[in-house]
Amino acid sequence: MSENQTVGSAPRGPEGPSRGPERVPEGIKGRAGIKKQIVLPWSRALQMTRENIFVRLGRSAITASGIFLGIAFLAAVLFGAACQRVASDMDLQKLGVQHEAREFQARVIWLAGMSLLVATVGIVNSMLMSVTERYKEIGTMKCLGALDAFIVRLFLLEAGVLGFLGSALGAVVGTGIMMLVYAGRIGWAGVSKAWSTHAIEFSSGAGLPMWLAFIFTLLIGGILSILAALYPAWRAAKMPPAAALRSEF
Amino acid sequence: MSVYEYIVRTKDLSKIYTLGGVEVRALDNVALDIRRGEYVSIMGPSGSGKSTLFNMIGGLDKPTKGTVFIDEVDMAQLTASELAFLRCRKIGYIFQTFNLIPVMTALENVTLPMVFAGLTTDEALDKGMELLKTVGLGERYDHKPTELSGGQQQRVATARALANDPAIILADEPTGNLDLKTGKEIITLLKRMNDEKKVTVISATHDLKMIDVSDRVVWIRDGKIERIQERKDIQISVGVMEGEDQ
Repeated sequence: MSENQTVGSAPRGPEGPSRGPERVPEGIKGRAGIKKQIVLPWSRALQMTRENIFVRLGRSAITASGIFLGIAFLAAVLFGAACQRVASDMDLQKLGVQHEAREFQARVIWLAGMSLLVATVGIVNSMLMSVTERYKEIGTMKCLGALDAFIVRLFLLEAGVLGFLGSALGAVVGTGIMMLVYAGRIGWAGVSKAWSTHAIEFSSGAGLPMWLAFIFTLLIGGILSILAALYPAWRAAKMPPAAALRSEF
Repeated sequence: MSVYEYIVRTKDLSKIYTLGGVEVRALDNVALDIRRGEYVSIMGPSGSGKSTLFNMIGGLDKPTKGTVFIDEVDMAQLTASELAFLRCRKIGYIFQTFNLIPVMTALENVTLPMVFAGLTTDEALDKGMELLKTVGLGERYDHKPTELSGGQQQRVATARALANDPAIILADEPTGNLDLKTGKEIITLLKRMNDEKKVTVISATHDLKMIDVSDRVVWIRDGKIERIQERKDIQISVGVMEGEDQ
């Protein structure tokens, strides 16, 4: 007596069939009929991400703080540069003093670039650690039938959430602090003027206005986090489950 | 004789590692046929290759040579998503270290494979609670793995392995991390599932307590099958320990 009936016919023999149609497993027949796919609904993925973040709150906070600090520094550099330009203009008008422009520009570009690099390295490190710590979990999920794409999706969601949160907070705090610092020097009027001033200016005269730079800092942390998580998550998803399960974390 | 009598077949199965220039044959031309509904124990000392064989049958690793047929389908020919489908629906895994997801409750752990199989939340929760009750953990459904003992975790893992009514349960040292009494409970549970739900149970173990419930025992050593014995041909007498056993 065989409990599993083959749907359709499949040639069989010692060498095995060249893939007959999928046989229907007992018990799993959704209301819509036979379900054959593997799915991970977005609602469930988001819920799992939320759980992962909150249950590992300490680790999540560290990851987010790293992003927060890096972006706060970047935002402070950019806003400070914009305010500095306003201050220079004021000095020029009031005192007739001309500050050296080219050195200043180069310094700003260098500082901004370096701070972005430092932030990126930190983010990549956090994401690598986050994925490596969970190799065993990843292996287990694959044993339960998770597709590689699910694993990647879960990690990208988590990276994105922490990244955008840290980035947004960092942008606001970094800019805010600089606003307070420069308010004393150039007044609140000067500070609001800084928003439309170039944060970074090139020798051609073209540049990045502060308000645009601010939007950039709001988003860049999240974008970098997602990019940084991509390769580690993909590699972890592709590992044979036996290797992933052997991890000792 | 039904065509799919053999739910698992291996042919010339070999796994060869090259460690520091030396060839290590973890599995050496293993040919094993396992019938549907059987309870097979693969037994051998550490390093004999039983875990490697477990990994091959479960599709957790690729063999160097040879083939594994699950219901006459060559595993190597499966695409990644077909393999995932197989792991989701056809095979349930139980590990020595339980491998429950630590951030999820017992019920969430048990229902996770059902989520992948596309069950609605209600269906999954109902079925999950049923399974937890079957393994005797109905009241602990909202406990996280850290709040459960080893034996309880393994019972949750067993319930999870049964989530999508698999045809095969693969257990790698299921009693390895458990004490004598709890180990016996798990073995009894596995045998019950084998009897009641007609699942084929394949267990890689060196726990001699498993012999009693097995239909066949496959003795493996140095990557080769030493011998295969039917249960009725094995005579063992294991001493009874005094204490709270009965």
